[in-house]
Amino acid sequence: MRLEPIPNPSALRSIGLPAGALVLTVIVASALALLAGANPFATLGLILKGAAGSKFALLETLNRATPLIFTGLAIAVAFRAKLWNIGAEAQLYAGAIVTALLGTGILPLPSALLIPVIALAAMLAGALILLGPVLLKTRLGVDEVVTTLLFNFIMLLFVSYLLEGPMKDPMGMGWPKSPALEKAARLPRIVDGLRLHWGFALALLSAVAVWVIQTRTTLGYEIRAVGLNAEAARFAGIPVGRVMVKTALLSGGLAALAGFSEVAGLKGNLTLDLSPGFGYTGIIVAMLALLNPLGVVVSAIFVAGVFVGADSMSRAAGVPTYIADILMATALLTMVLALKLTRTRIRWR
Amino acid sequence: MEIFDILLTASFWAAAVRIASPLIFATLGELICERAGVLNLGIEGIMVIGAFSGWMAVYLGAPLWAGVGVAMLAGMLFGLLHATLTVPFGLSQHVVGLGVTLLASAVAYFAYRLSLPEVTSPPKIVPFQPVEIPGLSQIPLIGPAFFNQTPLTYLAFVLIAVVSIVLYRTPLGLALRAAGENPASVEAQGLSVTAIRMGAVIVGSGLMAVGGAFLTMSAFSSFFFEMVNGRGWICIALVVFGAWRPGKAALGALLFAAFDALQVRLQQTPLGALVPYQVFLMVPYILSILALVLMSRRAEVPAALMVPFNKGER
Amino acid sequence: MAQAEAAEVVLRLDGITKRFGPLVANNAIGFELRKGEVIALLGENGAGKTTLMNILFGHYTADEGTVEVFGQTLPPGHPRAALAAGVGMVHQHFTLADNMTVLENILLGTRPLLSPRLDARAARVKVARLSEDFGLSVHPDARVGTLSVGERQRVEILKALYRDARILILDEPTAVLTPQESSALFGTLRKAVAQGLSVIFISHKLGEVMEISSRVLVLRHGKLVGEVATADTDRQKLAEMMVGAEIAAPRLAEREPGPPLLTLSNVDTPRRGNAPGLSAVNLTLRAGQITGLAGVSGNGQAALAALIGGLERPVQGGMELHGDVPTDWSPRAALAAGIARIPEDRHKTGTVSDFTLTENAVLESYAEAPYSRTGWMDWRAAEDFARKIIETYDVRCPGPSARIRLLSGGNMQKLILGRVLEANPKIILANQPVRGLDIGAVTFVQNRLIAARDDGAAVLLISEDLDEVMALSDVIHVIYEGHLSPAFKRGTMSPAELGQWMAGHGFGGGAHAA
Repeated sequence: MRLEPIPNPSALRSIGLPAGALVLTVIVASALALLAGANPFATLGLILKGAAGSKFALLETLNRATPLIFTGLAIAVAFRAKLWNIGAEAQLYAGAIVTALLGTGILPLPSALLIPVIALAAMLAGALILLGPVLLKTRLGVDEVVTTLLFNFIMLLFVSYLLEGPMKDPMGMGWPKSPALEKAARLPRIVDGLRLHWGFALALLSAVAVWVIQTRTTLGYEIRAVGLNAEAARFAGIPVGRVMVKTALLSGGLAALAGFSEVAGLKGNLTLDLSPGFGYTGIIVAMLALLNPLGVVVSAIFVAGVFVGADSMSRAAGVPTYIADILMATALLTMVLALKLTRTRIRWR
Repeated sequence: MEIFDILLTASFWAAAVRIASPLIFATLGELICERAGVLNLGIEGIMVIGAFSGWMAVYLGAPLWAGVGVAMLAGMLFGLLHATLTVPFGLSQHVVGLGVTLLASAVAYFAYRLSLPEVTSPPKIVPFQPVEIPGLSQIPLIGPAFFNQTPLTYLAFVLIAVVSIVLYRTPLGLALRAAGENPASVEAQGLSVTAIRMGAVIVGSGLMAVGGAFLTMSAFSSFFFEMVNGRGWICIALVVFGAWRPGKAALGALLFAAFDALQVRLQQTPLGALVPYQVFLMVPYILSILALVLMSRRAEVPAALMVPFNKGER
Repeated sequence: MAQAEAAEVVLRLDGITKRFGPLVANNAIGFELRKGEVIALLGENGAGKTTLMNILFGHYTADEGTVEVFGQTLPPGHPRAALAAGVGMVHQHFTLADNMTVLENILLGTRPLLSPRLDARAARVKVARLSEDFGLSVHPDARVGTLSVGERQRVEILKALYRDARILILDEPTAVLTPQESSALFGTLRKAVAQGLSVIFISHKLGEVMEISSRVLVLRHGKLVGEVATADTDRQKLAEMMVGAEIAAPRLAEREPGPPLLTLSNVDTPRRGNAPGLSAVNLTLRAGQITGLAGVSGNGQAALAALIGGLERPVQGGMELHGDVPTDWSPRAALAAGIARIPEDRHKTGTVSDFTLTENAVLESYAEAPYSRTGWMDWRAAEDFARKIIETYDVRCPGPSARIRLLSGGNMQKLILGRVLEANPKIILANQPVRGLDIGAVTFVQNRLIAARDDGAAVLLISEDLDEVMALSDVIHVIYEGHLSPAFKRGTMSPAELGQWMAGHGFGGGAHAA
């Protein structure tokens, strides 16, 4: 077989194939439910209900989507420049550590000043974490996929050390967690009584900001040029290394905001299980959104919905929650295939 | 000095060889894929599915070697998925690889929860037992370290030679290396790049899965979540460290394992009381990054690594 | 070769048609090849020669038509079947694995994949005999990555002969050779023909076609437009058949050269992989003058282009621009100094294929006003610029917001030309500016370069086509292994003399030792 590019794909192709990918994902879900001895329709229904069936469910989904928007944006920004940042997990924890450190009364600032200061410091920490692998890439040609991946493991061990040592909560009754944030450092809820904090709004704002950067600014143009053809970019005088570093700072900073928002908005302290793999799931979020920052918001809510829904379904129907991970991986793989097939056709001879 | 005492004990070297074994399987598997031109980031997940499926088969009553076969088949299945998406369809090897890792580990965890819904501590199987090699195992230090291991470890070391010979001394190896360097050369000689690359990814993934199975069937005797714990990523670093040569990569695995065994032992010494244990646990990951940095300058990357090939295009 | 008429037909193509979307690359092409003859397949770039041969060899499948070898119809799309039937192909871009030895490359695919042994010993004997018989000397254990271009081509021919090819197809084999290497190749081909092989020789160079072939087939726009015995034709007639009209050679009016705008004195640049760096290069580019750089590809042209283009810095020696020594050197500095750069590879370095024409038009100037102000892009200004180029340079395209990958090579080159010439450059670096273009675009580009020269720009023209260099240059340098010959004034050197320089003769002892 051979692939031939299609210059102007038809609307049917551009919509039908990605839709087909989602259908295939649903079929996989049904098969898994059957395998687990549950009714597929009931299972899907329960996932849907758990994700958006009530005000509580919907808010839970949006809460879960918040860190995913940040990590999804972080990855979308990096992948645009063909910077394979698989270390959003580490950057998230860097942001979380800084938040937990600065939010416990070290800085005598009013809340309106304290929260932005913490957010900026968290972003800086995340950016610095990614800077190492990126400098290794641009200076020495070390592949960043493996280095960023390995940083995730190092970072988790570091967090574990902090929580058992210097940042251990003395009132924690032996649990490895940091002391609770002071009130002034907590992100307030958007509406009183509803469990949704301002981190969600910040995530939306970040998505718009990233979109503006990519389409309207000189930096955005540089990032896209470097990502699409680094050789041509270098030839044309675009400072490729510097653009990579700027991209990394932006990407790492966005991922760190996920950690900031989880600690300051939701949990109130740092624990080892702060992120159930938000950094990795962000890859799926970004890819499903075709790396479009506004699309990230939609796909993050979708992905969060599947996870939240699967949690509640699992309790009711006994299908293991890992069904959600299988579905997301399936959606990712079928979606990249579908996108390829919208732009190319297969010729068998 | 404690370090010297440790280095002179046979049990230390035996541990190093044991720790190296799964890495050797998976590193050789990754090396085969990359030599053919495909970066296989599915490795981490494929090791998980190998660890799970081999162990599960034995738990359900299969003989140990049949368990190894099951693990290999499971790995090859995910290898087939990876290969289909990256070779004929030419999709991003980064994205597909990560997707396969997510999928394979999710499938393993899903199947585990499905088959053992209520257990809190996973059941144990009877793993491979060490087999002494008569004569050789009597050599001081080296004997107990290398020649009193489980059959899977012996298999790992035999495989180093097999992979080297196939790569450098057979028509298949020639075609494989050419596919990773300049696929057009393979096509011009009437061979199918697609078939060679897919074959390499499938077989390589099978080996990765056996590496995973080593964990459950030879090292430990049950399956835990997170048990692969980044070993796959470390193997990718080892391939680079070994400059894409099987012998050097295996040597790298052994060296790496020795450091790993050393850090475990150092934790028991007075030094271990001074330094938090997390620092010791970081050693493998930091070593991997260092290995990448050290080798980055002179590594001979296969020229067509990560470059998809579309028939008739050049 | 008068008896060729009577010889057996070894290859017959019948009604071959191949479409790529709306483009008909081959339109009902048919011809015969006889035992012991050399036929030339002549045509411009894009006439469909390579496509036809790829169909014959099985890389592509034809939409219609059949290929018969020794009376047997070949199954379409199977290089293996073509190889087994005795067809050997030497591709324009070599199909060799650099990380393997010569012998390994020759052995690749010759034994069943799953056989346990390579049988290298027997192969070594056969390769030695073939080298001897056909005058193809090359060391069997050398790594291909270390070989020169000429040696690599010999390996390619050996690969075909090792498989007992009876029909040899050579796709533009001389494009990368010196005139001397080319005649060695012709010697090999004559030996092959004497042993009963048949050869298809693909070229767009008329001189070679006249020299080596017994029959000429001319392709134009995918159609076979003529077939003549070489003895019954001449260069002029072939040229007209090939282009379909008389070609007007570019005319260079006499002009006094102006002051030097760029001077290199004793410059060295580092080696990059297989590509040599410059060593002790002296070069002066003067206003109102086209300086041609002749040489076999891979002899340091890339290094010189990288240096002047701002991508490389000298490790030794000095550079003067408009009489000053530049303090910092980068692509941006080169642009700021008024250097226009037409890159060798339009697709890989000249453009970003997934960018629109607008985005590509400002690739070098995006950071300046009016396109960018305080970090924000002004896309309207960028689009106006793209429109201006499209009009002035006759870029045929759907519009400024079309992706540039949809454009033909000629139109892509016109956009690049517009992008760099609109800045009124003082110095123009034109690296292979017409390679792969059809004749209309070639004329357009060459006339633009001449016009810029007439307006007082200093032009450096790098080309592997000696005829092009000789036709367009006021002065010519030859580059060999990173060394530069003295400047030769227009008309003072014959092609043969320049060919001697291209092969390294005439350079001082140090250069020739390499």
